[in-house]
Amino acid sequence: MARKSGAASGNSLSAQRKRAAFWFLVPMLSALIFVAAWPLLRTIYFSFTDTSLTSLYDGRWIGFDNYLSYRELSSGRVIWKGTLVDPAWWNAVWNTVRFTFISVAFETVLGLMVALVLHQNFKGRGWVRAAILIPWAIPTIVSARMWGWMLNDQFGIINDMLLSVGLIDRKIAWTATADTAMYAVLAVDIWKTTPFMALLCLAGLQMIPRDIYEAAKVDGVHPIKVFWKVTLPLIRPALMVAIIFRSLDALRIFDLVYVLTPNSQATKTMSVIARENLFDFDKFAYGSAQSTLLFALIAIFVSAYIWLGKVDLGGNADR
Amino acid sequence: MIKMTKTMTYLLGGVAASVIASTALADEIKIATGITGNAAENLAKIVAPWEEATGHTVTLVPMPSSTTDQFSQFRLWLAAGNSDIDLYRTDVIWAPQLADQFIDLSEAAGDLVNEHFPSVIESQTVNGKLVALPMFTAAPALYYRTDLLEKYDAEVPTTWEELSATAQRIQDAERAAGKDDMWGFVWQGNAYEGLTCNGLEWVKSFGGGQIIEPDGTISINNPAAIAAVELAASWVGTITPEGVLAYQEEESRGVWQTGNSVFMRNWPYAVNLGNSDDSAVKGSFGVAPLPSGGDHDGSAATLGGWNIAVSKYSENQDAATSLALYLGGAEAQRISAMLTGRLPTITALYDDAEVLAEVPIMEQWKDVFLEAVPRPSAPTQGAYNEVSSKFWSAVHNTLSGEGSAADNLELLEAELTDLRGDSW
Amino acid sequence: MKKHLQNVGFWCVVALIVIVSVFPFYYAVITSFKTGTSLFEVDYFITSFDLANYAQVMENKKFLRSIFNSVLIAGATVGFAMFLAVTASYALARVHFRGRSLLLMSILAVSMFPQIAVLAGLFELIRFLGIYNTPWAMILSYTIFTLPFTVWVLTTFMRDLPIEIEEAAIIDGATPWNIITQVFLPLMWPALVTTGLLAFIGAWNEFLFALTFTASEEQRTVPVAIALLSGSTEFETPWGALMAASVIVTVPLIILVLIFQQKIVSGLTAGGVKG
Repeated sequence: MARKSGAASGNSLSAQRKRAAFWFLVPMLSALIFVAAWPLLRTIYFSFTDTSLTSLYDGRWIGFDNYLSYRELSSGRVIWKGTLVDPAWWNAVWNTVRFTFISVAFETVLGLMVALVLHQNFKGRGWVRAAILIPWAIPTIVSARMWGWMLNDQFGIINDMLLSVGLIDRKIAWTATADTAMYAVLAVDIWKTTPFMALLCLAGLQMIPRDIYEAAKVDGVHPIKVFWKVTLPLIRPALMVAIIFRSLDALRIFDLVYVLTPNSQATKTMSVIARENLFDFDKFAYGSAQSTLLFALIAIFVSAYIWLGKVDLGGNADR
Repeated sequence: MIKMTKTMTYLLGGVAASVIASTALADEIKIATGITGNAAENLAKIVAPWEEATGHTVTLVPMPSSTTDQFSQFRLWLAAGNSDIDLYRTDVIWAPQLADQFIDLSEAAGDLVNEHFPSVIESQTVNGKLVALPMFTAAPALYYRTDLLEKYDAEVPTTWEELSATAQRIQDAERAAGKDDMWGFVWQGNAYEGLTCNGLEWVKSFGGGQIIEPDGTISINNPAAIAAVELAASWVGTITPEGVLAYQEEESRGVWQTGNSVFMRNWPYAVNLGNSDDSAVKGSFGVAPLPSGGDHDGSAATLGGWNIAVSKYSENQDAATSLALYLGGAEAQRISAMLTGRLPTITALYDDAEVLAEVPIMEQWKDVFLEAVPRPSAPTQGAYNEVSSKFWSAVHNTLSGEGSAADNLELLEAELTDLRGDSW
Repeated sequence: MKKHLQNVGFWCVVALIVIVSVFPFYYAVITSFKTGTSLFEVDYFITSFDLANYAQVMENKKFLRSIFNSVLIAGATVGFAMFLAVTASYALARVHFRGRSLLLMSILAVSMFPQIAVLAGLFELIRFLGIYNTPWAMILSYTIFTLPFTVWVLTTFMRDLPIEIEEAAIIDGATPWNIITQVFLPLMWPALVTTGLLAFIGAWNEFLFALTFTASEEQRTVPVAIALLSGSTEFETPWGALMAASVIVTVPLIILVLIFQQKIVSGLTAGGVKG
């Protein structure tokens, strides 16, 4: 886009184009303001009030009380209140962060491995690529249900497999037990999203010129060294973008947890607990505060990531 | 692109048309319930006479059976002012939290109100407004092994202290005789609504009040309540397996029904199951009111059960009210009891020989209901879910040895005071 | 010999990738052919071929209605988003103005919103508009992620169209509107199909908004219907029917994805956004 398209014509043409651009953008931007910016602002506003679900317009402004407040009891004891001292909230934060970190790490490594395999020339490569697209194409709710069935403690095939190879000695209630529920969620998420990572990595790999490899081969460099010294640095930009999109997706996870392990403390994420407060408990404003915190967390994460990783999301520089 | 827009307009027009079509059928009454399958078929049979009499049709809107899931979705739909659903089947504790969203049935119900157990009607009345009509009820009782009590020449305990002693004695003797899996008493100690029920029963039967009194006073921090929770904590690991801290109704029934416990606290549903063919305790158990404790005479059983309420957003309120009156009335409850064994709330049905023949447990349960105590959902209004969650957490902490009952209940009192603020 | 071993190892890895990817779906298919007690026996291969579960699902009018709802909602959302996005992405890709990259970044940021952050505000808006429990509620809320996504991907595609075509049109005196409709659109059909398909899949799979903004059974979308599907007794899940329903709603998606796989890969890479 470095070239000026209006070079041949005068200023009036450029002005006309800008005016047209303005009118082209207005409907789209109004729609976004209407469905995204306005609701977001309302959520943030609710978080500073004591609004309840049944009387949305009767909320009073209470400042930061939903986030943090303290009061002194008659006995002189000081009690802190609010999301920021709520153990349930921190449990959800910890679950979310743990989930995000582990799932994205596994998806990146496995995705890269799958991409390296698919990057080879072999017979039936198209079929393999088609096969790995299947987990991605299945709706999350459906895959949660399918895996819920496979992970069933009594009749599940996973227990059957593990029992028959002797990895476990009794049937495990994967989704119900607090110790294993998180593994179950992780397994399904990794299964479902690795293809996405693999495809992005593969696209990165395919942009590397073949002659670099040829040169390395001629020089007799060990393939593993080639990977670390040549391949990885070259696909790093693509990988960084893929990681950030996956992390953002993982940080806001709701559907998989909600369907696979309902009401489990061990897997409850920030989105799940925020929705629980919004609608299950009569704490609409409190839930709004938690939603706002999640939004803030994601915003901070993105800024830090872009700043630290020097990731070019806009994609303008290389064009 | 233009072509595409046309298609879109067409599609959107289709949406509008279908929306209009779905609201035009004024005679279709929708009930949101947490029941499916067989239970739904039974409900369809129960409403059939009403459909015939009025010409309206009834459609069930099914939801998963977990009470908490249902509650949140129902609350959401009501908060959204949704007019597509006319009636809601509600749990006994929901009435105060949803009171503003349902219409007052007291006028329409008239004399029907007096046919029900007063305690059940009371639980559905919020500030003088009858929020829902009872469909059936439930209250827990003490299950005891007739064979074991006979063998060791013991009486059915009427106090918790007696129960502890008897349970310990029989458990020790049975274990000495080689039954290593024998336990004295199983109940529900998981951190969930069921522990609120168990805890409330201990506290109330010790004369320690009912956590929050009907006038809104927070009464939980008192010596009788502390003694009650201390006694329950002393059971864990002695007459009750430590696993009880994760037990809900089904887990305790599992221990009981395999013949591994002398006593059990549970709801009426366990009677029929306990008498099924694969049950180890078939024919060798009885049911009694829960004991009392600490010199207090008066047992307490938490009130359970389900009710029917009319949404104030319903566009068919007359028909919906008529259906609610039918479902809360003697005819429907009679069919329901005969069909499903659910316990009716109409007093007269407990003298109906035909129903009693079909559902023999009704006889025994009448005494239990007379002692039934409601959970403090009426005074706490919208905050009940949180109150309950704080109470069961405090009790659960005590049971698992994290802090004494005195400390935990004091803290609970502070938290509840905080939660209440100026008023509930 | 070493070469041979490496080859064997490679094919093992390939086989593992394929098996892990396909197995859950395969297992859902064989489960969906089972009924009664055979459901509760673990089998690795097809042991029975009973279409009763499919018959049960297809006879369920409310499930068919959910499929219809999902098609309608996803279709309308995508149509609406595309309509707004084509012109907007022309402006973003082809016209220079100040703050353009900031605008692009903001649009991208919207697509990364955690849905929960707008849920409370959106609930208020939908209640205010009186469209709760109607398809409009979903069409409105899905615009949050479909619109930024389509704008973003189409902008990337449009940037790559050769400048010469546009210059020729400008010399002929074409207005920007004419350039879009008569010059660019015919060239962009492949991109439109890809973007539309990805956005469609996104809207088809959405759960949180659909769960929150629907009440009666007739208005449920497929994911909500499947999540809330329950069995004949209170404690039983109808696994056979559930798997049949899952297969029914998944097969069309898989077919679409396989047909368009080349395009989807390029669309994903361009958007970098999960569809």
